[in-house]
Amino acid sequence: MNALNITDGGGSSSGLSLSVALGSHIDAGGKCFVPYLTGGLPGWQTGVAAAAEAGAQAVEIGIPFSDPVMDGPVIQASSQMALDGGATPVSILDEARSIDVGIPLAVMTYANLVYRFGYERFAHALVSSGISGAILPDIPLEEVGPWADAADGAGVETVMLAAPTADDDRLTRVVERARGFVYTVGLLGITGERESLAATAKVIARRVKALTDKPVLVGVGVSTPAQAVEVCEVADGVVVGSAIVRRIIETGSQEAGGELVAEFVTALARG
Amino acid sequence: MNGSESRQDDGPEGGTNAEPRKIMGEPTGIGRFGDFGGLFVPETLVPALQELDAAFHEAWADRSFRDELDDLLREYAGRPSPLTECQRLGEQLGIRLFLKREDLNHTGSHKINNVLGQALLAKRMGKSRLLAETGAGQHGVATATAAALLDMECLVYMGEVDMARQELNVFRMRLLGAEVTPAVSGSRTLKDAVNEAMRDWVSTVEYSHYCLGSVMGPHPYPYMVREFHRVIGDEAAAQFAERVGGSDANCAELSGLPDVVVACVGGGSNAAGIFSGFAEHPSVELIGVEPAGGAAIGNGVPGIVHGMLSYLKQDEFGQVQEAESISAGLDYPGVGPEHSHLSDIGRARYESVTDDEVIDAFVLLSRTEGIIPALESAHAIAWVAREHEQLKGRSVIVNLSGRGDKDVAQMMDIMGSTLDGHTSAGERPADHSSADANTTGERK
Ligand SMILES: Cc1ncc(COP(=O)(O)O)c(C=O)c1O
Repeated sequence: MNALNITDGGGSSSGLSLSVALGSHIDAGGKCFVPYLTGGLPGWQTGVAAAAEAGAQAVEIGIPFSDPVMDGPVIQASSQMALDGGATPVSILDEARSIDVGIPLAVMTYANLVYRFGYERFAHALVSSGISGAILPDIPLEEVGPWADAADGAGVETVMLAAPTADDDRLTRVVERARGFVYTVGLLGITGERESLAATAKVIARRVKALTDKPVLVGVGVSTPAQAVEVCEVADGVVVGSAIVRRIIETGSQEAGGELVAEFVTALARG
Repeated sequence: MNGSESRQDDGPEGGTNAEPRKIMGEPTGIGRFGDFGGLFVPETLVPALQELDAAFHEAWADRSFRDELDDLLREYAGRPSPLTECQRLGEQLGIRLFLKREDLNHTGSHKINNVLGQALLAKRMGKSRLLAETGAGQHGVATATAAALLDMECLVYMGEVDMARQELNVFRMRLLGAEVTPAVSGSRTLKDAVNEAMRDWVSTVEYSHYCLGSVMGPHPYPYMVREFHRVIGDEAAAQFAERVGGSDANCAELSGLPDVVVACVGGGSNAAGIFSGFAEHPSVELIGVEPAGGAAIGNGVPGIVHGMLSYLKQDEFGQVQEAESISAGLDYPGVGPEHSHLSDIGRARYESVTDDEVIDAFVLLSRTEGIIPALESAHAIAWVAREHEQLKGRSVIVNLSGRGDKDVAQMMDIMGSTLDGHTSAGERPADHSSADANTTGERK
């Protein structure tokens, strides 16, 4: 495996924390907007900068995996494009070091890439690339122990997913283990755009909010500013992936993603 | 989960006082076989898998469920399947060769054992829809069959590449009333069909049961599917003992046990089924045969995909590599976690054979015994044929996991339709033959 040079200090965004950045925005009465961008697409770092410029509170960077079971067609396609272009976890973490945007970054990827890298080594690589958090959708509570130990040790915030299928006992354990924010899955399904907000979205957001003071962001199936505003009647914010990634792929422009981010941010500020 | 750590696998058959199985018993912790297995799935699915685990344990300990399944296996699927001794091929290879005839089951392979079990369980759990992935189409056909029988909806995901090479099975599934949806991402084979089935299940988990087709995936599948196939090993052990006679466990000759048990390994369900009947007898060698182009244990390193930690063909970064095999049913870059464990502890050995060796074995069994094997099963025959020198004088059971009807069109493309009855497989057109293919001596 190519060695990623792990040096102290590292990325310029280091020191930021998801929980602090999102928490203070929420405390000030704001709703959080966190876009997902596929890492490794040409010029992807520009997209992160554009999203920050447009007012996002944090950015989720996808590290593409060959078999993304939680992802729908848009993110599957963007992942494949990045992989075809030669993107690897090492190249993306390396490129992330040059990002200096003043908001916290989190990676979203799958268990095997992290397992292969080595849990501790990966956690330290994130820190040295200036990345604050990690979202690993195929590592549920039952399996999170070894990774969580490594992440906690390195100071990486492990975002946990909360799903509508969980009972309150399980949700309680999920939110307890969550760092940064609670990624609340808005519907039964995978990432992708939906015509309207699922009825489950506000229900699960309300259930999670009742159990925790941590930031509660709803993702999966939030595709338009109107849907974001609707779910934020309950939630503290939203994560939006497919709609933004599709805009970037269709226009071939990372900046166009930033323009869409601005639309979400404006709508959420207006309420 | 479910506090199942200490539960014994005795079931109604074993009686309540049965000793726990030391090998091929219940997994420990959260679906662990040694270091392997686990529950690496999206959060949405965890409660459904816990519910499935509980429902399976409850059903498996329930005499009425076992009776209902046994009835179906006997009256509908045609069990017990025979253990056939191969006189001609055995003589040619210098061994005593027995075939466990899973090819004679309804729908043509071992897959029906697991599917009838899961479909009954799904019904018992109140699910109305069966989801399945399929490679060669055998598991899809079996699932479509069970869905028709039990009046359930059925959707099968199949890689686009596999749909082309197993056209007949696609039609069969549709004839049985199932919907077949192509998996168009990635390598467009079995692993991608699994991805699609999991994505569907995340969306429809409330009313769908994912009828996984092998001893792979997240807990409880590797354990549950092996238990549904345990009947293969239990029958084979009893049939062999009866056939060969002798019940003196201390004397090799009279132990009533075979020397070697061989099965092909894709995900590993037919192998797990037959191994489970012999695993506790250390004298019996267990051999799993992987395709050279998809040898997860042979060429892989531990990794996490499809819910489990197991040996996996992957690149240096952890991207899953595509398997390449002549048989769609073995085109899988991973392997069931219990096989990874059996390999690590040295209880079973995993070997591989090339496509060319498989083609030869396909012809060999057809011509010496009048049995056309599935290309998957031909992998096990191919290993025995190649290794017959080291097996000399020993008794060998091969799990003949399926019949070759589904592969005949593909073989016709490979071998040419003008195949001459007197031409040895070694004389096929150059591009499909190999120098080492003809290891089994003279053929008529
Ligand atoms: C006849 C036959 N044997 C074997 C297999 C491989 O599956 P497993 O390794 O789970 O037995 C298949 C899969 O399609 C099959 O059809």
